[in-house]
Amino acid sequence: MPRRVLAVALTVIVGAALAVATTASAHTSDTRLSLVGYAVPREALGAVIKAWQQTPDGRDVSFTQSYGASGDQARAVAAGLQADVVQLSTGLDIELLVKAGLVDAKWNRQSAKGIATNSIVVFAVRDGNPKKIKNWSDLVKPGVGIVTPNPLSSGAAKWNVMAAYGAQRRLGKTDRQAIAWVERMFRNVVSLDTSGRNATNAFVAGRGDVFITYENEARLAKLQYVIPRQTLLIEAPIAVIKTSENRDTANRFIRFTKSAQAQRIFAQFGFRPLLPSVYQEFVKQYPRRPGIFKIDDKYLGGWNAVDRKWFDPDKGVWVGIAKRTGVGT
Amino acid sequence: MSSIETLGRARPVRIPRETATALSLGFVVAFLSVVVALPMAALIWESTKEGSAGFWEVVTSPQSLAALKLSFGVSLVIAVINGITGTLIAWVLVRDEFRGKRVVNAIIDLPFALPTIVAGLVLLALYGPSSPIGVDVAFSRTAIVLALLFVTLPFVVRTVQPVLHELDREMEQAARSLGASEATIFRRIVLPNILPGILSGVALAFARAVGEIGSLVIISGSLPYKTEVASVYILSRVESGDRAGAAAIAVVLLVSSFLVILGIGVVRRLTTRHDVAQARA
Amino acid sequence: MRPATLGSRTRRHVLRWTALAYLLAILVGPLAMVFWRTFENGYDAAWSALTTPETVQAFKLTLLITAIAVPLNTVFGVVCALAIVRRDFPGKGLLNAFVDLPLALSPVVVGLSLFLLYGREGWFGGWLEEHDIQVLFALPAMVLATVFVSLPFVCREVVPTLREIGDEQEQAARTLGASGWQTLRRITLPAIRWAIVYGVVLTTARCLGEYGAVAVVSGRIQGQTETATLRVEERYDSFDVQGAYAISLVLALLAVLVLIAMTVFQRKEETA
Repeated sequence: MPRRVLAVALTVIVGAALAVATTASAHTSDTRLSLVGYAVPREALGAVIKAWQQTPDGRDVSFTQSYGASGDQARAVAAGLQADVVQLSTGLDIELLVKAGLVDAKWNRQSAKGIATNSIVVFAVRDGNPKKIKNWSDLVKPGVGIVTPNPLSSGAAKWNVMAAYGAQRRLGKTDRQAIAWVERMFRNVVSLDTSGRNATNAFVAGRGDVFITYENEARLAKLQYVIPRQTLLIEAPIAVIKTSENRDTANRFIRFTKSAQAQRIFAQFGFRPLLPSVYQEFVKQYPRRPGIFKIDDKYLGGWNAVDRKWFDPDKGVWVGIAKRTGVGT
Repeated sequence: MSSIETLGRARPVRIPRETATALSLGFVVAFLSVVVALPMAALIWESTKEGSAGFWEVVTSPQSLAALKLSFGVSLVIAVINGITGTLIAWVLVRDEFRGKRVVNAIIDLPFALPTIVAGLVLLALYGPSSPIGVDVAFSRTAIVLALLFVTLPFVVRTVQPVLHELDREMEQAARSLGASEATIFRRIVLPNILPGILSGVALAFARAVGEIGSLVIISGSLPYKTEVASVYILSRVESGDRAGAAAIAVVLLVSSFLVILGIGVVRRLTTRHDVAQARA
Repeated sequence: MRPATLGSRTRRHVLRWTALAYLLAILVGPLAMVFWRTFENGYDAAWSALTTPETVQAFKLTLLITAIAVPLNTVFGVVCALAIVRRDFPGKGLLNAFVDLPLALSPVVVGLSLFLLYGREGWFGGWLEEHDIQVLFALPAMVLATVFVSLPFVCREVVPTLREIGDEQEQAARTLGASGWQTLRRITLPAIRWAIVYGVVLTTARCLGEYGAVAVVSGRIQGQTETATLRVEERYDSFDVQGAYAISLVLALLAVLVLIAMTVFQRKEETA
């Protein structure tokens, strides 16, 4: 009996070792790109990859995909998670990889400034918009429960904070007044999840009255949403890992994501097309708004300035707001 | 199966007993070092990287305190509820007879066997927004309590059941014939005997509740200060890149786990001594 | 006499139904819901959710990790139990505490500590990177995490049985000239075999269901480092609740199998 047990155990171990060996050797047969992305474009990127694999360039390329909160994914790559291509939610998270020596510092001088997808910050509301939420000012009313992810781990949330602040500045408030306003808004926050997708699930599951999110996320989750008059253009960058062995293949894939074909697929998943010609095809779904501003707007000054001012873990504006309002730090 | 008469067949290869002890101990210590001790050392190292002041600053920050308080507070509640319901279930399973008792007895262990993430999803199905019975407690502290009651259900039942099984019922009958009420009998005769079992079950349930994560990620909503327990807080610290902070909170949980284990050891030693004393008397 | 028995019967019923009602609310009700939700949109929907390549791969990975972790912990558990019960050495209390630690420690803490050890900035990170060995976000770290959380079960099942059987037979065998190894194989192992099997079943259950520790170290690469439990979360996150329930149901069925095994072996252990 013990001998039989031993034999079974040995068989299992050997079998397991063999299985590991075969999965390990399977890597080398054709090119395999590891894509590490933030949570939100999971479905769209899956479709874009399929389309690319139909083209001559992508025919023999297989993919591994990993999705999660943007900042978390960036740090995982920095800590050793294997990646050839990263798509993250903000340029800040790419900068983190630049600092780790994994992404070229000139990533944002690629075509389309290194951006793969466009979207905007919107307010998803309950069906029929029972709280009559139309603009930023409606968010600070008493009794309105706001859902947003946590700015320290989620790129989506950083866009939300900057959209709120930028909108107030553009409406004529001073820096101080706008920060105070953002703080007031955060007093209404009822859910602060780690990633944009977790926040969506919390809202879908019934939390809160309004959910500050990407337009594409609201469309994907089939939520009713309103576009505030002043809102921020969300540009999600894509970059190649410079230590990757498959750099050329990775770059070909990145070029494909910016092509008309891929941008049409992205548009079907709720993203605003980068290319003016493709945008024209979808303009009914994605109405133009005069009040759409960018992160390098004069009130914001680009991601690096925003990071120093807002998200420094010791003295950033956000840390102060989090402490005073009692939401996450 | 095997017996002594076949012993002669095998070749007598002899390893001195001392060597065998050393070998097996060496293996055990090496295995434990790689799997348990080394990671724990790395954890403690990381948490004290910024000195004890840095450690305290992280642990006593309002959000950490809130998460730790919630974890330990809820776990205490869980421990108390389990102490009562676990004893009740064990009692029914030992002293009562009804059809289907064996099935009930078997499903008690289900929470041990069921992946905790499934447990979370399962509870969301019944007590979430699309609840068929109209009870929606998702993303509240009630949901945390429910999830933890689910995963800790077997502990007390399984520690009390064997003791209750072996308990001599003659004493109870004697007390009953002397006119003692059922409540008195339970308090004076049954409870003192099963108390050590209840306590070690409760301690295990408490430890498990403090550390639980899988069933809570989906159902708790992890809202800081309200429904964010310590283990989820550690995860969110890791996800926002603050490893030292995560390590500090983790060390607090580590210390509490050790204390619980030591506590159970003490209870066990006290009761064995109690048994010995009884046997001698 | 009569009112007393009536009272005791009422009391018994109250106790029984309270206990059963509690079990229904906490345990049975939610489980029944999963069955219902999985097949709500028909059998085909559940089946196609289960047979996507990523999901199949996730189950394979879970089984692979279990197949590595269980034998390791079985060997460790038996040797450790023998050392604890049959040998005397300084620091036994400490060893005991270390073996019990995984029972009481949060799995997230386990994952985090592995992260600190094998990450690029961790203790061994530099060395591993130089030698191009991937531990974190790959199988080795996931196996280590699983071995950690399922460490105590075999040992904890074997220790009491070893104590119970005593060492008279072993000593007798030794006086008859049997070597230590022979004694172990012919006397000790057969006597504790059901305890070992029971411990193996518990270990298997824990390995199949592990979430917290693995979540931290896996990197969640779909079709590669995603286990079945992580897949449940991934499906839930992708608004595919049906898929999440279907995978959950399979895991729950595995749990039931484990449960049946437990009941069977427990009885054997009691009668042995």
